[in-house]
Amino acid sequence: MVGTNNNQTIEFVRRQVPEAGKMTRRQLLKRGLGISGSLMLGNGFLAASNAAWALETRALSPGAMATLVQMARDIYPHDRFGDELYAVAVKGHDARAAEDADYKAMIESGIASLDEMARANGHESYVGAGWETDRVAILEAISGEAFFQTVRGGLVVSLYNQHEVWSILGYEGSSFEKGGYLQRGFDDVNWL
Amino acid sequence: MAAPYDLDDDSVVVIIGTGAGGGTLANELAQKGIDVVALEAGARHLPADYINDEWASFGQLAWTDMRTTSGSWRVAKDFANLPAWIVKAVGGSTVHWAGASLRIQDHEFRAKTEYGDVPGANLLDWPVTLQELEPYYAKAEDKMGVTRTNGIPGLPGNNNFKVMKAGADKMGYKECHSGRMAINSEPRDDRASCRQLGFCFQGCKMGAKWSTAYTEIPKGEATGKLEVREQAHVLKIEHDANGKVSGVLYQDADGNQQLQKARVVCVAGNSIESPRLLLNSSSSMFPDGLANSSGQVGRNYMRHMTGSVYAVFEEPVHMYRGTTMAGIISDESRFDPSRGFVGGFEMETLSLGVPFMAAFLNPGGWGREFTSAMDSYENMAGMWLVGEDMPQESNGVTLSDAKDQFGLPVANVNFDDHPNDVAMRNYAYKKGMELYDSIGATQTYPTPPYPSTHNLGTNRMSADPSLGVVNAFGQSHDIDNLFVSDGSQFTTGASENPTLTIVTLAIRQADYIADAMKSKSI
Repeated sequence: MVGTNNNQTIEFVRRQVPEAGKMTRRQLLKRGLGISGSLMLGNGFLAASNAAWALETRALSPGAMATLVQMARDIYPHDRFGDELYAVAVKGHDARAAEDADYKAMIESGIASLDEMARANGHESYVGAGWETDRVAILEAISGEAFFQTVRGGLVVSLYNQHEVWSILGYEGSSFEKGGYLQRGFDDVNWL
Repeated sequence: MAAPYDLDDDSVVVIIGTGAGGGTLANELAQKGIDVVALEAGARHLPADYINDEWASFGQLAWTDMRTTSGSWRVAKDFANLPAWIVKAVGGSTVHWAGASLRIQDHEFRAKTEYGDVPGANLLDWPVTLQELEPYYAKAEDKMGVTRTNGIPGLPGNNNFKVMKAGADKMGYKECHSGRMAINSEPRDDRASCRQLGFCFQGCKMGAKWSTAYTEIPKGEATGKLEVREQAHVLKIEHDANGKVSGVLYQDADGNQQLQKARVVCVAGNSIESPRLLLNSSSSMFPDGLANSSGQVGRNYMRHMTGSVYAVFEEPVHMYRGTTMAGIISDESRFDPSRGFVGGFEMETLSLGVPFMAAFLNPGGWGREFTSAMDSYENMAGMWLVGEDMPQESNGVTLSDAKDQFGLPVANVNFDDHPNDVAMRNYAYKKGMELYDSIGATQTYPTPPYPSTHNLGTNRMSADPSLGVVNAFGQSHDIDNLFVSDGSQFTTGASENPTLTIVTLAIRQADYIADAMKSKSI
């Protein structure tokens, strides 16, 4: 059938969001690994260098997940978002890869091609390219491919449906239980 | 309690769909003592069930059964299987609608006469006038509790409205207020008043917004003359040897096929499913589908010229606080071809939460330009531009090669903008951006149309049976006891949000059906 971005977006609504929604910071494994580096790779998990969060991986290697996290940030760069929000947002790819060998192959070959293109441009790897501009140039080159569209399409929901993202962006979410906004600033603009 | 009717009871009126058209018609007929079976494909969700969360609510309410798309509209690329954002539930899209309740203007009922020859447009005058509809509009406004009618005060303007109003004043617009809304500004009809929740599109948890789900439907059921069968997905309308419709085949909630016999059948499944059902009901007697001797079933699909403008300011707006559609500017809804297009458009505030803003601001977009907009969400104001689009024969619903869960061809929705639609959209974007710029916007985003919420015209009314599907009362030209009761009847789209007119036509149609049944003409 008509296999498009939207197909994927809608599927993510049904499949991925509940999972992402359930993942709280508490559920991310906390491991105290005091080694420096932007992202620390362990055996089967991925951790922040400051040990604020960690993520277990099931099917994809920690290196692959680290690349996905960087790719997610490069697609939707929000400098106020911590890496854990991007890690939660791409976690679904690991879960799906664990159940679907073809999907795992698609993600892994996509990541391999990112690294390959980075090396061709003189960088150690995709993650190793220091400037966002250099990484974005690689993403632009593959933006028509299924790998990119799958990751981007999924992020629209898995990143922006996180409550922590909402509060950073200043969106207050559900209001009924608080009596709506009638007495909580629905008309408080005073700068006009 | 709801009346139970036997499947073999061939005296009932069967209504397919319980939204603005079907739900209203069901209650109106039941109030007159007519036996009604309403078949609703969706489940029954009431205010207590509604969810203040955009994606979770979408999963609860939206019609996500397979559909396909074609044509040059951007929705076909970005949302290929979601041409329309409408509801599958008791109450239909009245659960989801924003509540704007505007009468179609006098001249808009005569689009062909007033606009003249517009190349490529299949314009036609409505076979009914504003004057004829006025008493029914008045009944609909009273029924729905429309603000600024019947002595009902307007809603208070929220932040998003205050920003738009300040811009409207700068622009010299005169007709700007907090709208004619079917949202209670004070308790009315046993429903609470609006507490400015900000989730009108997700089902109003206050029940302040009119929806057939908790007004018309329970009122009809209380008469003992209306049975609503939920999760009853209609597959086909059957007819007898005389070419009269005789019953409706559906799949019930348990997955069993049932045939409900009927004296009259009224189709109200919205402008995509209604023509699809007529086309899927073809037979040896009606090889092109029911009521389709004109060949117009599924054609002339209109979705309104739409677009949005979001604007970023130096200071916070919090546009999501309060009613989603919190105000309107009507100055541009006039007929004034000096602007480079025929027809007019309304400017109405609109807000999306962060999840839907990410999905709809610029579908497929990514990178710093996109995230800069999202980072400014708190300081953003927004408006929706909604205007009259041109009916075109090639825009519409046909049967797709794809099949649904019941093995029936799904609807393919084909759409190309008419040059008039493009000219109007560009002009409307320009005006919307100018408005926000006039009060100090630092960025403006002309945002493309969302999946259609206003779906119109695919079984249009016509005086001449060769030019349309139904007459001025929604009765099919070909089959006396087959009616269309939703927005697919619209001859042209006009610039106003369509729900009030759908309800108005349903009230009028109920009188007509009751009279015709009494006189035994159907």
